[in-house]
Amino acid sequence: MKPDIYTQVGSIRLERPTMLASGILGISLDVFARLYQAGAGALVTKSLSKEPWEGYVNPTVIGVEAGYLNAVGLSNPGAPYFAKMISSNKTIPIIVSLVGSVEEDFTFMIKQFEDAKILGYELNLSCPHVEKVGLEVGDDPELVKKIVKSVKSKSKVPVIAKVGLGSSDYLDTVQAACEAGIDAITAINTLRAMAIDVETARPILSNKIGGLSGPAIKPIAVRCVYEISSKFNIPIIGCGGISDWKDAIEFIFAGSSAVQIGSVIGEKWIGVFSEINDGISKYMEKKRFSKISEMVGIAKRF
Amino acid sequence: MQRDFDKPTMVKIEKVIEETPTVRTLVFSDDVLSAVLPGQFAMVWIPGVNELPMSVMVYLEKGRAAFTIRKRGVASTSLYEVKVGEYIGVRGPYGNSFAIRQGNLLLVGGGTGLVPLMRLLTFLKKNDNVTVLIGSNTKKEVFFEKMANQILANNKHQVIVTTEDGSYGTAGVVTDVMEKLIFEKKFDAVYTCGPEKMMYKVVQLASSKKIFVQASLERMMKCGIGICGSCCIKEELVCHDGTVFDGKYLLSNKEFGYTHRNKSGIIENY
Ligand SMILES: Cc1cc2nc3c(=O)[nH]c(=O)nc-3n(C[C@H](O)[C@H](O)[C@H](O)COP(=O)(O)OP(=O)(O)OC[C@H]3O[C@@H](n4cnc5c(N)ncnc54)[C@H](O)[C@@H]3O)c2cc1C
Ligand SMILES: Cc1cc2nc3c(=O)[nH]c(=O)nc-3n(C[C@H](O)[C@H](O)[C@H](O)COP(=O)(O)O)c2cc1C
Ligand code: FES
Repeated sequence: MKPDIYTQVGSIRLERPTMLASGILGISLDVFARLYQAGAGALVTKSLSKEPWEGYVNPTVIGVEAGYLNAVGLSNPGAPYFAKMISSNKTIPIIVSLVGSVEEDFTFMIKQFEDAKILGYELNLSCPHVEKVGLEVGDDPELVKKIVKSVKSKSKVPVIAKVGLGSSDYLDTVQAACEAGIDAITAINTLRAMAIDVETARPILSNKIGGLSGPAIKPIAVRCVYEISSKFNIPIIGCGGISDWKDAIEFIFAGSSAVQIGSVIGEKWIGVFSEINDGISKYMEKKRFSKISEMVGIAKRF
Repeated sequence: MQRDFDKPTMVKIEKVIEETPTVRTLVFSDDVLSAVLPGQFAMVWIPGVNELPMSVMVYLEKGRAAFTIRKRGVASTSLYEVKVGEYIGVRGPYGNSFAIRQGNLLLVGGGTGLVPLMRLLTFLKKNDNVTVLIGSNTKKEVFFEKMANQILANNKHQVIVTTEDGSYGTAGVVTDVMEKLIFEKKFDAVYTCGPEKMMYKVVQLASSKKIFVQASLERMMKCGIGICGSCCIKEELVCHDGTVFDGKYLLSNKEFGYTHRNKSGIIENY
């Protein structure tokens, strides 16, 4: 019998373990429908803010050694516009990514999605801190706690917190989110990085510094998932540099219940979802696993 | 060293050609971009200013390529003003290309939309009978007429220029001329690039006569490689699935000819 590759992230059930990562192709319901058809188990939207953001000037995305560097500047059409766009959704498993710097931002945004059919929210904590310049929301565990508590009290659907490696210990962020009642953690966001052109001595991205994604960050992301799953009893979604089914299995063994796919789409295009799903299924058959949950975190027993 | 296609490669501008008072062609040497397929584009970095998608223009000399830019806003104007000896960054080529048919071919271009069509001309066969329609507002903004005749020197061909103010060639808009042409003569394929309203009309006209037609689209582009989503038109990503689409598909896409997305991803009317 073919193994079933459904997975459970806390109370969120996914028919397939491969999700679309936030910010990747995520601004249109039509594109979501196409990616769902292509095999994605859930679609995380671009991070949405209260108001539309234009983002930074190009260059905003460039290739670097083993990955991409991006400083899109969280460009997005804003939560109200987006909520209207997905209001006709019935069947597509959408997770809405939200970005904000104070509780009120989130309260406003959640109100927009009250009647929408969505699986849950993912809070992007890598948003600039309004009071503490240079820091991100995720660097301030007290603020994280406040935001998560507030969102949890208003949301009817599960809430996931997405962490990155900011300026403070990311495990403190995870702890704060867990204490405030978060339903799951996505790890990790991009890592701060840059590239400089040697002909002109100029930083290439218009924002100079951006976020590194792709294979270059995979071992770091695996380590983070492993650490979080070792320390906390919380469902984890692994993300960072996943390119094939082996990478996905590696994240599952480290402790993730599902994975998010981003940069690899730039190389393999959207067939990568079914490629990874099939690979996981074949591997499970060969190794005689019948459910994904049997594999989650098993690397921790050594 | 292997070239990283997604990181800007710096190229030096070797020659600048004044095409019209608002259009210039910048020529440079690059083996990769000199050999792209018709319809493909590059992301062009103007250091310190911006990065814009640009169709890769042909330059009829091995190993060289070009961009032809119309100055509009800040970014295009600073690219337009790049001088000989200065550097720009290029990454790509990206996107698909025109499907090359044979026989009686009709190319309809407006403004810098002529760029991918000029490259397409270099891919046509000796036996093709080629008609090129060039649309412009006025005489002094006409460009690539000579270039088209030059590339097609060994083909049975015809280059027709239309100007809206009637100062040169046929007075009127290209699509009116096209309408007449397709009633007089049988065409095997139509290719178009230019303002979207124009392309919409071209696709409609060709389809009404059941002629195979393709159009090359423009959208807001950030990554050029199919990950950021900014170039979407319905479920298609113009940078990856396009820029060239079949007319048959385009007529079923409700955004074509009507709307595009702005920088934040909000749909706006043309
Ligand atoms: C595939 C493709 C091929 C193209 N080929 C050519 C060509 O050969 N010649 C030519 O002259 N033009 C071409 N364009 C159009 C060109 O990319 C610009 O859209 C145009 O030059 C207008 O730029 P602007 O600076 O005048 O911007 P404005 O119209 O003033 O817009 C303001 C700002 O918006 C941003 N912006 C505008 N257009 C784009 C875009 N398409 N992608 C990302 N950001 C954008 C820039 O930050 C710009 O400064 C092409 C576009 C595409 C998508
Ligand atoms: C172009 C681009 C845009 C992104 N935008 C967002 C975003 O809006 N919100 C977010 O939480 N993460 C964003 N990310 C990060 C990804 O969701 C993901 O965490 C990261 O890219 C690592 O995964 P990958 O290596 O599979 O791409 C973006 C990444 C890229 C490459
Ligand atoms: S420009 Fe980024 S997906 Fe097309």
